[in-house]
Amino acid sequence: MYRSHVLICGGTGCTSSGSVKIQEVLEKELKKQGLEDEVKVIQTGCFGLCALGPIMIVYPEGCFYAGPTVDDIPEIVSEHLLKGRPVKRLLYQETVAGETIKSLNHTDFYRKQTRVALQNCGVIDPEKIEEYIAYDGYEALGRCLTEYTPQQVIDIILRSGLRGRGGAGFPTGKKWSFAAAQPAGVKYVCCNADEGDPGAFMDRSILEGDPHALLEAMAIAGYAIGSEQGYVYVRAEYPIAVKRLEIAIKQAREMGLLGKNILGTDFNFDVEIRLGAGAFVCGEETALMTSIEGKRGEPRVRPPFPAVKGLFGKPTILNNVETYANIPQIILKGPEWFASMGTEKSKGTKVFALGGKINNTGLVEVPMGTTLRTVVEEIGGGIPNGKKFKAAQTGGPSGGCIPAEHLDIPIDYDNLIAIGSMMGSGGLIVMDEDNCMVDIAKFFLEFTVDESCGKCTPCRIGTKRLYEMVDKVTKGQATLEDLDKMEELCYYIKNNALCGLGQTAPNPVLSTLRYFRDEYEAHVVEKRCPAGVCKSLLSYHIEADKCKGCTACARKCPAGAIFGQIKQAHVIDNSKCIKCGACIETCKFGAIVKK
Amino acid sequence: MKSLEELRALKAQMQGKMGIRDDDDAKVKVVVGMATCGIASGARPVLTALADEVNKRNLVDVSVEQTGCIGLCQYEPIVEVFKDGEKVTYVKMTTEKAVRVINDHVVNGNVVMEYTIGAYQK
Repeated sequence: MYRSHVLICGGTGCTSSGSVKIQEVLEKELKKQGLEDEVKVIQTGCFGLCALGPIMIVYPEGCFYAGPTVDDIPEIVSEHLLKGRPVKRLLYQETVAGETIKSLNHTDFYRKQTRVALQNCGVIDPEKIEEYIAYDGYEALGRCLTEYTPQQVIDIILRSGLRGRGGAGFPTGKKWSFAAAQPAGVKYVCCNADEGDPGAFMDRSILEGDPHALLEAMAIAGYAIGSEQGYVYVRAEYPIAVKRLEIAIKQAREMGLLGKNILGTDFNFDVEIRLGAGAFVCGEETALMTSIEGKRGEPRVRPPFPAVKGLFGKPTILNNVETYANIPQIILKGPEWFASMGTEKSKGTKVFALGGKINNTGLVEVPMGTTLRTVVEEIGGGIPNGKKFKAAQTGGPSGGCIPAEHLDIPIDYDNLIAIGSMMGSGGLIVMDEDNCMVDIAKFFLEFTVDESCGKCTPCRIGTKRLYEMVDKVTKGQATLEDLDKMEELCYYIKNNALCGLGQTAPNPVLSTLRYFRDEYEAHVVEKRCPAGVCKSLLSYHIEADKCKGCTACARKCPAGAIFGQIKQAHVIDNSKCIKCGACIETCKFGAIVKK
Repeated sequence: MKSLEELRALKAQMQGKMGIRDDDDAKVKVVVGMATCGIASGARPVLTALADEVNKRNLVDVSVEQTGCIGLCQYEPIVEVFKDGEKVTYVKMTTEKAVRVINDHVVNGNVVMEYTIGAYQK
C-alpha cells in the first residue's frame, strides 16, 4: 500500500523543463530514505500550468510544487514525504496562506475551470490502462455495446449539442448520422491529431495525458456508424504523444477492449496510427485522408463529403482529438448534463492554449460562453509587468484578433465569427501594447504562405501577393490605396480558395485591418510603428543631456554605429545601425530612445 | 476481458488504490505525527500499519497523512482521526492499536476510548 502518491508531469512542456530528471532523482532519494514501498511516483500527462513546470503534486495533501530543481528533491523527501512537513518555499505561492496550504484544485487557475476533455490529464498515469479504468474508463463503451443501439448512441451525441472542436464547429452527431446512413460495408473512423496551429497544444496534451479516452471514443464512433477500423493521424513532431498512444493501443488490445468481440459482444474494432510529416494542410480533412492513403497531402473539392466518400472512397467520419475526448463523458453523464454547459448554440466546454503576454501560460478548459476577460485576467492571471491588454488572437493562422473592446464577449463559435475571428482549435495568444498588429498579421500570413500546398491559385499566389503588401506596410513603403487593395484581395482569396486553409488565410489581415486600421495608417502615412516593432520604421537616438559619455554602448554595439569621446555625449550613426537594441539594454542612464 | 462485469470488477479493485488522489473534503483523515519525536518513538511502523489496513479493507474515502510535532512529545506516537467534523487524538500508538483504530473507529464509528489522550491522562 502506498500512503502517498507523487504525480510528476510527463507532458512535453514539463519534459523540456526537466521533469524526467526530477523523477529519476526522486526515485533514487526515496530508495535511499527507505520510502520506496510507501510513496509511489507516477508520471502523468499535462496539468495545464506549463509556465510553472516541472510540476509535481503530492497526494493525499494535494500539495503543488512548482518548478522544483533536482537539488530540492532530498529536502522534499526528508521533510514532506517522511515527516509530513510540506516545503513551503517550493510550493506554488498562491497555495500558501500562513499555516494552511491549499490544494491544486483550489487555486484560481483551476477553480474557475471545468475540466471535461482534460479531466484525466494530470490525474492518471497515461501508460496504465488500469488507472483509466479506475476513473470510469471503457465503461461508456461497455454501456453503448450492451444497452444502446447505434442509432441511440447517435441520438445521445445529437442531443448533447457537441460541435467539432477542431475549428469549424460542425455538429458531431450530424456527421455521425450521415456516415451511419450510408449502406453497410467498409467504413472508417478517423481522428485528426495533426494539430498544426502555432501555439495550440490541447490535442497533444490529451494524447499524452489520457490516450485511452480517444481510443474509447473512436470505438464508440465505430459502433455508432458501423465501422471496424479507425486511424489516428498524428504528427511525427509529437514523439511523446505517439509513444503513449502506441502503448495505449497495445494495452487495449491485450485487455480485449480493441480487436475482435469487444467485451464479449460481436462488435469488432481496431485502431492504427498514421504519422503525418507536419504539413499544416494535412489538418484539412480531405488532405488528411489523402495523406493516410499514402498520397501527397492535398485537399480536394467537397462534395462528396467524407461521410459519403472519404478514406479509400468509403464513408468516413473524421473528428478531432478534443471532440472525441468529450464522447465518453457524454455517454456516462448524459447529453442533458453536457448541454447544460455553454451557450445556446455552443454546448459543453472548450480547451484553450493560453500563450503570449500572459502570466499563466498553459492549457485551460472553460464552459463555452465564458468571457475572454475571465480567461485572460482571472484564470490566466493577467498580463505581466503591468502592461495593458491590446488584443487576443484566436484560431491561429485561420483566426483573427479580438480587441480590448470585445473582452466581455462570451466566447463561443458564433460570437467569435461575428467579431471576425474564429474558435479554431483553441489557441489563444494574448498581446499587449508592445505588439505591433501589422507585424502579427504578417507573422501569421508568412505561416500560411509557407504552408499553402499550392494546388489552387488563390491560395498559392494570392497569399504570397498579400504577404508582399503587408510587408510593404511594415517597411513604410505602402500607400493608402494599397490598404484598400489588400482588403479586396483578402475577400477574393476567401471566396475562391479550394479548402479551409486558403479560405481562412486572410483572416489575420482582415481582422487587424478592421480593429487596428489606425496602426496600419500610422505605418503608411506617418511612416511610424506605434508599438516600436517594425525595424525599418525605427531609429535609435541618444539624448545628449542624459548621456554621460561612459562609452558602454559604443563598446557593446555590434555594428560600430556609435561614436563619441569619453565623458561627452555620444551619437548613433543611423546608416550603420542595425536596430538590434543592444545599446538600450546597456545604457544605465536611460539616455537612448527608439522612435 | 470478456464482459462488462469483468471491466467493472477491475474498476472497483483499482479505485481503492486511486482514492488517495481525490480532493474531497468529506474524506476521513488519519494523521500521524511524524516529527523527530514521533519517528523516534516508532511512528513509522504505525503509519505503515494504518496504510496497510486501509488498503486491505479497500477504504476509498480514507486518507492516511503525516503531520509534524504537535507538542506532546511524551505521548508519541500520536494519531489523530478526523471524522464527521470531530477530532479524536490517540496516543502511545502501536501497530496493533493502529489496526483496531481503523476497524473500530474509522469503519464502525466507535471511538476506541482507552487509547485516547483523555483515557491516558487519567
